Amino acid sequence: MFTKILIANRGEIACRVIKTARAMGIATVAVYSDADRSALHVAMADEAVNIGPPAAAKSYLVIDAIIKAAKQTGAEAIHPGYGFLSENADFARALEKEGITFIGPNVKAIEVMGDKIESKRFAADAKVSTVPGYLGVIKDAQEAIKIAGEIGYPVMIKASAGGGGKGMRVALSADEVAEGFASSVSEAKSSFGDDRVFIEKFVENPRHIEIQVLGDGKGNAIHLGERECSIQRRNQKVIEEAPSSFLDAKTRAAMGKQAVSLARAVDYASAGTVEFIVDKKKNFYFLEMNTRLQVEHPVTELITGIDLVEQMIRIAAGEKLKLTQKDIKLKGWAVESRIYAEDPFRGFLPSTGRLVRYRPPEEGTQQGLTIRNDTGVTEGGEISIHYDPMIAKLVTHAPDRDLAIDHMAGALDAFYIDGIQHNIPFLTAIMQHQRWRKGDLSTAFIAEEYPDGFSPREPDTEERDRLAIVAAMIDHLGNDRRRQISHQMEGTRVRFALERIVQVGEEKIDLTVIGGDDNSIEVALAGVKGKVRRRARVETDWWFGKPIWFGRIDGEQIAVQVRSIPNGVALAYRGLSVNAHVYTLREAELAALMPIKEPPDTSKMLLCPMPGLVVTIHVKEGDQVRVGDPLCVVEAMKMENILRAQHDGRVDVIEAAPGDSLAVDAVIMRFE
Amino acid sequence: MKDVLEELEERRANARTGGGQRRIDTQHKRGKLTARERIDLLLDENSFEEFDMFVEHRCVEFGMEATKFPGDGVVTGWGTINGRVVFIFAKDFTVFGGSLSEMHAKKIIKVQDMALRNRAPIIGLFDAGGARIQEGVAALGGYGEVFLRNVLASGVIPQISVIMGPCAGGDVYSPAMTDFIFMVKDTSYMFVTGPDVVKTVTNEEVTAEELGGAIVHTTKSSIADKAYENDVEALLQIRRLMDFLPSNNESGTPELPTRDPSDRVEPSLDTLIPDNPNQPYDIKELIEKVLDEGDFFEIQEGFAPNIVVGFGRIEGRTIGIVANQPMVLAGVLDSDASRKAARFVRFCDCFEIPIITFVDVPGFLPGTDQEYGGLIKHGAKLLFAYSECTVPKVTVITRKAYGGAYDVMSSKHIRGDVNYAWPTAEIAVMGSKGAVEILYRAELDDRKKIEKRIKDYEERFANPFIAAERGFIDEVIIPRNTRLRIIRALNMLRGKQAENPWKKHDNIPL
Repeated sequence: MFTKILIANRGEIACRVIKTARAMGIATVAVYSDADRSALHVAMADEAVNIGPPAAAKSYLVIDAIIKAAKQTGAEAIHPGYGFLSENADFARALEKEGITFIGPNVKAIEVMGDKIESKRFAADAKVSTVPGYLGVIKDAQEAIKIAGEIGYPVMIKASAGGGGKGMRVALSADEVAEGFASSVSEAKSSFGDDRVFIEKFVENPRHIEIQVLGDGKGNAIHLGERECSIQRRNQKVIEEAPSSFLDAKTRAAMGKQAVSLARAVDYASAGTVEFIVDKKKNFYFLEMNTRLQVEHPVTELITGIDLVEQMIRIAAGEKLKLTQKDIKLKGWAVESRIYAEDPFRGFLPSTGRLVRYRPPEEGTQQGLTIRNDTGVTEGGEISIHYDPMIAKLVTHAPDRDLAIDHMAGALDAFYIDGIQHNIPFLTAIMQHQRWRKGDLSTAFIAEEYPDGFSPREPDTEERDRLAIVAAMIDHLGNDRRRQISHQMEGTRVRFALERIVQVGEEKIDLTVIGGDDNSIEVALAGVKGKVRRRARVETDWWFGKPIWFGRIDGEQIAVQVRSIPNGVALAYRGLSVNAHVYTLREAELAALMPIKEPPDTSKMLLCPMPGLVVTIHVKEGDQVRVGDPLCVVEAMKMENILRAQHDGRVDVIEAAPGDSLAVDAVIMRFE
Repeated sequence: MKDVLEELEERRANARTGGGQRRIDTQHKRGKLTARERIDLLLDENSFEEFDMFVEHRCVEFGMEATKFPGDGVVTGWGTINGRVVFIFAKDFTVFGGSLSEMHAKKIIKVQDMALRNRAPIIGLFDAGGARIQEGVAALGGYGEVFLRNVLASGVIPQISVIMGPCAGGDVYSPAMTDFIFMVKDTSYMFVTGPDVVKTVTNEEVTAEELGGAIVHTTKSSIADKAYENDVEALLQIRRLMDFLPSNNESGTPELPTRDPSDRVEPSLDTLIPDNPNQPYDIKELIEKVLDEGDFFEIQEGFAPNIVVGFGRIEGRTIGIVANQPMVLAGVLDSDASRKAARFVRFCDCFEIPIITFVDVPGFLPGTDQEYGGLIKHGAKLLFAYSECTVPKVTVITRKAYGGAYDVMSSKHIRGDVNYAWPTAEIAVMGSKGAVEILYRAELDDRKKIEKRIKDYEERFANPFIAAERGFIDEVIIPRNTRLRIIRALNMLRGKQAENPWKKHDNIPL
């Protein structure tokens, strides 16, 4: 076994690998760019080596720098994590040459599986079911139309070297094929410098289901069941689960068998993933094989109890796979939510900055329910523009799917982040989504369910009651302690009325605190004609300044995020965020007399979506603009963002000038 | 007896309706509450005791003798805010537009005298049309007496003004002499002369909002300390403020029970200072992580945001915070920032509120604009205020403390009691680049040489240790422990005795 390994990665995955290595008694070396000097993975590793400037192309992707770091520290092997150099055959080859072990598969497997056409040919030869299509290089549009006719519409034209949706076109007719062929070729050429394209049948709204495999290159290969990753936003996975709610034992076995035979065919010696798309009739087709550890591997670890990183290290060290297919038992259900630094309310724009507060839920297992948080950041850390916006992977495990989802919803409520925008409200909203809860999924889920983007939802009665009760409890604690302030007048004690009007958003809830002490109160909620419609007991050890209100309402544990606002609290719960004000009856009566101030109409304005610097303004006052026209460029954290017209119209006034430093929501220009 | 009781009730009910239902409705339509409604919100339930409810004016000019309303346009008395006594007067716009008559002034004077005699804060709620023209000079006399009492009470009891409607002419000078002025957005304005007079005299066309609205006074003129959305928000926030303020200059600060641990460590503060010395960071994060429960009542947030001042609590006791804000103009001291902080420091000193100062200051702002505007004198105000101040003073230098601004920001030399520095602190006469350019003027053409000089200078001087070697810094502390260290320092300082030499009063450079 190795005594020291280097992790050629950063963020949560570097931390994740260090954890296992440490548990195995292996010393760890972290590498870091200038931007990651005080990153968590650097703090966690036994040693750390600086490998260059912030840009990944100048640090984490520089093979020589990483090899140098390994030699300098005497690391015998390198774990590449995912992304960066993890599927780079040159890197694996270079390590081989230097006598450093690559904790991953052999060069051949990386090369074969790295090419979309090659890998499909290879898979077809290994009797893996592939999407009907033509894997040869297509000469011209005529040939493309002919092939498309043979396969049957709809078809997909894809770049051989492609990825990330670039060079991909769906065609429903011969005309569209001709058109799609031309644009696909030119895009492939400009994006990848490789204009080879191929055609295959387009599977509409498939599910994305993948099989985890382990091989030792000594003839042993097994699979660890599937993961379903259908919930994606623009090809970016958002929520994953294992097992899939869709597969039956027979399909699972068939997919597993094919995945294993593919692994054997490339002498696969590590952990790998065979991705399939699955149509409504449970037909499955090979998509690609990822010759690395997947981001979403924790869900598999939680349902199998197998540490995949440990297996990778053991196999790389030359150990034989001790597990056999019979040892693999899937237990319970696991769900993973990817926490991204992006603003769900503003078209998922990336968000960068300092993590002023970062309080993830507590990890561990209680009564069969597990929370695991694979994180690469800590409070006070910086989310920079240089790297992937994923900051953590929150995973829950429970005996069944519903419980795992409920537990995830609770864990997300207890995940508190300030300083940057993040997608937790969106993730929490999905956890409440009936279609997700039913498991009625496809890769188009987000596009179909949130066609106009994500906007906050309204609370239902129960949720509103709960938020009102939490707000009332906070108010009660506040009154109770204010009653104990020093320097009070002698004699009569101040009495506070116990009936309250809790304003939750626009709704008013009439509530009376019946009694209780610091940690527990009983409240009665009034319904029509003042009759009590509900009583509730609230228990909490919350105190002012704590970001999360943990407590029980009638015995049910809930977590609500609390931020203070003038005379009230902003509460976030289950993807809802509302302002709550707790008034006495007299206060409520007078508050009702206050004018409602309409927020200014911003539909005729271009607002700055993030704090940044105006680089250029593309239009002049009086210009006519069309939807999608670029209006101005704002630089935020060295990244240029083009702001485009949302409507047709004429520019009335331009209020910002190049060089101006703008705050969020600052007006850049107004339209007529 | 029964008749008398009935009559009393009747008279009270009549007085309580002020100028009558129609005017009350109009007041509501304007988005404003009546004087008595405002008092209901400000004081503890049922704690208000009204004085002089039946006072009426004595004017017999212009047919005024025919129109009289009990109370004469102002509601006065006392009550409690969370059990603590406050005196109050609230202008009643429904009666003669809240205008000030001789008797109206007498009512205010009575509660002013009582507040001072009984050493309890006084709060004035303004919503009035100025002097009652019909009364002429009698009203002016009333103003004068109110002003005098504002001055006599200054520094003895906290005086708070809340502007909740028009406040013009003679009315503005009483608030101007109180400790804090708060305004309500869209419904309040303050000016010495209104838009009409402005137009006549200068031909300048301006609306009341542009001339003296809440936004103007909180961002441009610095007359007001804070603006609120509406009456309810304003009054409930004043209740919150009063929990921070001592009742008088000898009472000591109020204490509010808390469960926020004294030994709370904040590891994230270790990374608050960015690697790049020119990159800003938000000083409010430090303030919120140090204070009890992150509860900070900021004063003058909208004016001179390059310095942050306000109240918070440490172990339940009120403290004042003064902090340079690197997010705005790199935290530089300019005339506005100096004046703002000086006034706040003097308030804290008056009322025995300990001061915590967070320092990250690159110096004073250069330029003709500042020099013509009297930067020397305004900067001197802050230096003066800190120097004369005898309350416990704890200072933490987080990053830059350059030049004269270092001395000003509660340094050891001007009686800072406990002066800490973070390891990232740089206490120096100026930034490395500037210093090298003066010291090595002859080498300026040689870029390489100069860069080397800058690097050498940084290594030698860009740290807290040179100052620590001289005892200008009492200790270099780990950022994460800042709360803990401040708590210890403040507890040690609770027995502090310090006095200035006897004087009639000082001569601060006004």
